[in-house]
Amino acid sequence: MPELVHSTKVKTIPKVNDFVVKFGNVNGSGSASANNMFAKAIFRMGIPVSPHNIFPSNIQGLPTWYEVRISEDSYLGRREGVDLMVAMNEQTIKEDIDAVIPGGFVLFDSSKSLNKELIRDDVTYLPIPLKDICLKEFDKIAQRQLFKNIVYVGALAAFLNIDFKVLTGLVSDQFRGKEKLILPNIHALELGHQYASENFECPLPLQLKATNKNEGKILIDGNTAVGLGCVYGGATVASWYPLTPSTSVVDAFGKYCNRLRIDPGSGKRKYSIVQAEDELAAIGIAIGAGWNGARAFTASSGPGISLMQEFLGLAYFSEVPVVLFNIQRVGPSTGMPTRTQQGDLLSCAYASHGDTKQVLLFPSTAKECFELSADAFDISDRLQTPVIVMSDLELGMNEQVCDQLVWDDKRLYDKGKVLTAKELEEIEKFGRYQDIDNDGIPYRTLPGTHPNKGSYFTRGSSHDANAAYTEDGNVYAEVMDRIALKFETALNYIPQPEISGIDKNRLGMIYLGTTTSAIQEVLDSLAKKGISLDTLRIKSFPFHENIKEFIDGHDLVYVIEQNRDAQLKSLLKIELNTNEDQVHSILSYNGMLITAQHIEREILKSMPTLEATKDVPA
Amino acid sequence: MSYINKPKFQHPELEENEIGLTRRDYEGTLTTLCGGCGHDSISAAIIQAAAEMSLEPHKVAKISGIGCSSKIPSYFLSKSHGFNSVHGRMPSVATGANLANKELHYVGISGDGDSASIGLGQFCHIVRRRVNMLYIVANNGTYGLTKGQLSATADLGSKTKSGEESLYDNIDMATLAIELGASFVARSFSGDKQQLIPLLQAGLTHKGFAFIDVVSPCVTFNNTDFSTHGYKNTWENYIALSQVDFVPMRREITTSYDAGKEKEITLHDGSVIHLHKTGTNYDPYDKENALHHINEHKKKGEIATGLLYINQSTSDLHELQDTVDKPFNRLNNHDLCPGNEVLRDINETFR
Repeated sequence: MPELVHSTKVKTIPKVNDFVVKFGNVNGSGSASANNMFAKAIFRMGIPVSPHNIFPSNIQGLPTWYEVRISEDSYLGRREGVDLMVAMNEQTIKEDIDAVIPGGFVLFDSSKSLNKELIRDDVTYLPIPLKDICLKEFDKIAQRQLFKNIVYVGALAAFLNIDFKVLTGLVSDQFRGKEKLILPNIHALELGHQYASENFECPLPLQLKATNKNEGKILIDGNTAVGLGCVYGGATVASWYPLTPSTSVVDAFGKYCNRLRIDPGSGKRKYSIVQAEDELAAIGIAIGAGWNGARAFTASSGPGISLMQEFLGLAYFSEVPVVLFNIQRVGPSTGMPTRTQQGDLLSCAYASHGDTKQVLLFPSTAKECFELSADAFDISDRLQTPVIVMSDLELGMNEQVCDQLVWDDKRLYDKGKVLTAKELEEIEKFGRYQDIDNDGIPYRTLPGTHPNKGSYFTRGSSHDANAAYTEDGNVYAEVMDRIALKFETALNYIPQPEISGIDKNRLGMIYLGTTTSAIQEVLDSLAKKGISLDTLRIKSFPFHENIKEFIDGHDLVYVIEQNRDAQLKSLLKIELNTNEDQVHSILSYNGMLITAQHIEREILKSMPTLEATKDVPA
Repeated sequence: MSYINKPKFQHPELEENEIGLTRRDYEGTLTTLCGGCGHDSISAAIIQAAAEMSLEPHKVAKISGIGCSSKIPSYFLSKSHGFNSVHGRMPSVATGANLANKELHYVGISGDGDSASIGLGQFCHIVRRRVNMLYIVANNGTYGLTKGQLSATADLGSKTKSGEESLYDNIDMATLAIELGASFVARSFSGDKQQLIPLLQAGLTHKGFAFIDVVSPCVTFNNTDFSTHGYKNTWENYIALSQVDFVPMRREITTSYDAGKEKEITLHDGSVIHLHKTGTNYDPYDKENALHHINEHKKKGEIATGLLYINQSTSDLHELQDTVDKPFNRLNNHDLCPGNEVLRDINETFR
């Protein structure tokens, strides 16, 4: 019987399907797949779950965490405080134990005794001699190390009441084709389960209870969904330069193309992936392909997006379709490469020198990553301009529960205004940048279409409506005005904001992307305090006029975003001329996903001033 | 510099080529380069080369970067699409364009500033990628549009008009291309149409990455007696490693070549390059030998020209990537979208 260190000061409040388990591991120790198995088991029990990978920019040795929020109410954002800490990393064990809320639990490897200063009197310790168990049971050195992780998952199954059959099913799925690995993994799970059952009162007051909340749901990360969206959206050329956290976008595209884009007759590929020499070449290749009529994309993050600025201006001004995925990470400069931020809103909205504007799409779930990725190609072809899909590390690299993906088989790609040889025959004179339809979108032709008609010279230098070089300032201004008109037309093609209501309440919230994960929790919690708010989720840029109407329809609107400089608020001000007094910023920029608790605190903090000046209902 | 529109007048007896087009059908807009610019001779050579080959103008895509050289695509083949992109980045745009449609001829036009300085990285990597195209560097050793700074191809000790001397070793684009795996590498001189035209034709026909470094003097900023890229030096130190003739596939070979002709190279479509004896035992299939010859001439202050290296056994980017025969830009929904039933199965893998 191990030495048990019980919580003396604080009684644990029983929690069912509503708590946070965090794993503190050493990077490269094989913990990722074990932790992932833990989260997936909970998903398969039908309980909403959201794992968050908090990892270093490192291959081996530095601390890494895996935080799993379990919430039957489907609050899938991050929650502050840890109910159960699996403290496997000696480098961080002090801060990891400190993060546990009073009444919580600490699972640790008791093969070595716990330093006295790490013993808190308000948490319960769950000592398990992981190293000793593995030393005794496994011969191979690698297995002794790796299976420590599996043993603690087995122990957690006993502690939290995870259906053991679900775990063994996961092991079988994971090692399909490598059957030799199944039995030792199941054995490791059993060892942990057995040790916990025999030495502790199981389950703990923290418990999982199978439910059916995940029917019709999948557990998928945003970057995989983006890669799939590109396959479904008809992308044939992907050019890229490896950069965390965007790398897995092209990995996923390649993986699915390898399965779904091989011509059955010839065995040849209906796609091309070019790992370019840098991000300049990556977007240059995509632009060259887009100019020539293929759907092309590149995926990158802050530093790479900075390098692409000149090319983005070229594509804007010469009106070439191209899709860019920006999986945002913490800037400026190298910043924190493995942490999340919404810090590129301004630099992308007006990317490149001169008067420019770019179309931005803001997915907030993995399902939207799939949908908006496919849509991006239609929008880009239709508008003949770059479309930047603004994801972030949180959304891109973490699995999340979302509705299963659906494709409408009746949907046809919108290739936009591309003239065929026959259409060229019928028109008197082709002018590449003529605004025939008065919507700001000109007609384009592809090289090789017609022997005598439709050729033109694409250039980033100033040009007239026939694509000829000009230094006539008035002609230049006409083209710039026509492009501005195109961005008004864009509002018909890009997704509308999602609005819960205008004028229902006197307070509102505006947000986008991963901030969305916290919103329902904020609303429910504030409702209990008698405060209700309307919400508006932005899905695209340029902004629709109803965003302005939403702001004007409220006494105060909280603009919630994950950067230091309130970039979304600035963008609203620039584009919609919003009244400074009507918007209040709530910001979070520590590299971690914004929490509902933070938003609620900020809203409540603003209340006294509000009450004094605006008489907000209590 | 011209500022008038090009006259549409055409001589009624202009000779038609096999597809019924005259030389005029291969021309571009009127040049805006300086009178006597080597680059205009390159345009003229391309026009003649394409007309003689009966190339369909609309099956050619012209892509360039930024600089005097990159204006050249305006001045030939106005029935072709052109793309004047950003400085030093033509190779990436050309790569993407080529991926989108493998059925066109791609002609990349760049300069020494564009390819040897700002775009050196892109140049190196397009060679590695083996994009099927003709890549021409109009090489004048100077930055014309910014008024005469030295470029990275200016030879050590070479002087600009303002007297600035190049203190650094130069970058030789031809040897660089050979070393990086280009499968067709030539050097020529804008002033020698007789040599340049067949090289252009062979380069256009060659399957794979064809590179021609064309010494093209800048009459305004780099044509002094102290410049190794001026007319005087080039004429005086110009060594042809081989005399080249090109016979397109479709044309019956009626020309009779000297008995002394040394080599006959048949390109993938049946066209033939004839290399004539020049006194040197030059073997363009031998990479090491090619590099050796070029360097030996360089030591003597000579510019080795002609077809420097050819390798017809390499694969191009599309072959390396094993892409389908149909160009990507003609693949439609049916070809590309796996559909909802497949998506249902994919969903199952995420449960």
